[in-house]
Amino acid sequence: MDKTLKLGTSSTAKRRVQRLGYGLMTLAALVTVLPIVLIVVHIYSQGLPAISWEFLTAFPSDGMRAGGILPALVGTIWLTIGTAIVSVPLGIGAAVYLAEYAADNRWTRAIRIAIINLAGIPSVVYGLFGLGLFVLFLQFGTSIIAGSLTLAIMTLPVIISTTEEALRAVPNSFRVVSISLGGTQWQTIRRIVLPQALPGMLTGVILGLERAAGETAPILFTVAAFFLPRLPSSIFDSTMALPYHLFVISTQVPGMPVKIQYGTAVVLLSFVLGMNIIATIIRSRARARRQW
Amino acid sequence: MTTAASPNTPAAGPGQMESQAPNDQFEDTKIRIQGLSVGYSDGTESLQDISLDIPANQITVLFGPSGGGKSTLLRTINRLNDLADVVSLEGRVLIDGVDVLDPKLDVIELRRRVGMVFARPVVLPMSIRQNLTYGLELSGEKDPGQFEEAVERSLKASALWEEVYDRLDDPAVSLSGGQQQRLCLARVLALEPDVILLDEPTSGLDPISTGKVESSLQKLKQEYTIVLVPHSVQQAARVADYAAFFLNGQLVEFGMGKELFVHPQDSRTEDYIEGRFG
Ligand SMILES: Nc1ncnc2c1ncn2[C@@H]1O[C@H](COP(=O)(O)OP(=O)(O)OP(=O)(O)O)[C@@H](O)[C@H]1O
Ligand SMILES: [Mg+2]
Repeated sequence: MDKTLKLGTSSTAKRRVQRLGYGLMTLAALVTVLPIVLIVVHIYSQGLPAISWEFLTAFPSDGMRAGGILPALVGTIWLTIGTAIVSVPLGIGAAVYLAEYAADNRWTRAIRIAIINLAGIPSVVYGLFGLGLFVLFLQFGTSIIAGSLTLAIMTLPVIISTTEEALRAVPNSFRVVSISLGGTQWQTIRRIVLPQALPGMLTGVILGLERAAGETAPILFTVAAFFLPRLPSSIFDSTMALPYHLFVISTQVPGMPVKIQYGTAVVLLSFVLGMNIIATIIRSRARARRQW
Repeated sequence: MTTAASPNTPAAGPGQMESQAPNDQFEDTKIRIQGLSVGYSDGTESLQDISLDIPANQITVLFGPSGGGKSTLLRTINRLNDLADVVSLEGRVLIDGVDVLDPKLDVIELRRRVGMVFARPVVLPMSIRQNLTYGLELSGEKDPGQFEEAVERSLKASALWEEVYDRLDDPAVSLSGGQQQRLCLARVLALEPDVILLDEPTSGLDPISTGKVESSLQKLKQEYTIVLVPHSVQQAARVADYAAFFLNGQLVEFGMGKELFVHPQDSRTEDYIEGRFG
């Protein structure tokens, strides 16, 4: 009896401590989420009234103080596609090499550390690098190709490290079984490892591209035009792009209507959030279907 | 060190023993291991100068305490140990007279002919049917008729057909542990190998599933050479036509199952069988 009673008291005290812990953690979560929610709500409430078919499909007019954002939207779409074309095959190839083929030695460890460090370099440095290499040295000029290559280099570390992680998450026993059934290493990778890692890889790819779509500094010197009254017609044209356009109309144009600024922010934010939501859906679907 | 099975004991397989010469020369030796030593990068000499003849169409069990090198021997036979940190490898492993340790050997072909079932059932993340046709597809087989035939034949041989014939396209993970392990056996059988290696295939299974696997093996030995690492001495004694006792990387004793478990020649074997070990 006595024992049971003591047990009861101490567990009430413990439960109280536990409840306090949960409370604090919930608070921390709220403090983190709240600013994001506030920012998003604020921007959408100010900017949504500006959104119309006209706004998305018209060129800016009246020194960008009226009209739409078509060339910036199209430019960002082109840049994102160009970035993907370069960084996705390269990044996945590098990750497959590192995760599946490369021996674990000093050399591959050095490569991995380099990749992690690349991910931490400020984006303006990528911009200057792109200016030096693609715009000037390779003489691409300020162009979609120079901008895409610059963004691709910035995106590669994210794609490589998330893809490598996704590949490593595939249980090794699958590989051993496949090899024991007469599979070559490549057959094993193609038929078992890659399909299993695909959702994780897609998530990484989308997160990387999402960052590329939203960055200003890397495109500043390599592709972005202040104002262009036409759409780009080749990869060697420069183009307007949403993040830079937003910067321009927020800081460089006197007498700019606030509504257009917020409207542009809404479009950029929707572009990036949309990609984020797609990544989340892919991830949760895959988790539900996972067989290991 | 190796003890020959006495020629006048009753043979496990009919007609197998009459012409048996001394020193484990079987009429039909499937796998001949000669002076095999295997060392890993951590410095352990996991197999030391092993010589052993494994007869065709018999169940040969490799048993002994943990770390004795049984799994190492199995993985050397199908060259799965190519994936491990093996630093020293000496001796020969001949299957039908061909040295499978030859660096120039086609290991893909070898692994198709020497199937392996692991301790933990690992079904591939696909349907039951796809698990069974996976190996055939890898080998370039495209004929759907061949797939159909292989699926039915292998499931019947592993005593799983009755339980799954109406849900072959369900995910393989939806099977119970015992069914998954029989699927792993069927997956190997679908490739029609010559040799089947089983490394503690029933260690995670209940007695009924274990019984099903064991009785499948008794039938399968008519067509295949079976090398099994049992999960217990009891299982070893139940299924062994021949048995090899491994201790710390050495082959202590080899002989017919009926002999070895009743009258072990080496006191260390006896101690282990009687449970007086470690
Ligand atoms: N991949 C490996 N790398 C390094 N050492 C290994 C490896 N596999 C096995 N060993 C070592 O080789 C020795 C024999 O191991 P092995 O797995 O062959 O024994 P076993 O008889 O199968 O044991 P168990 O009954 O526990 O499965 C052990 O000392 C083990 O530590
Ligand atoms: Mg083992």
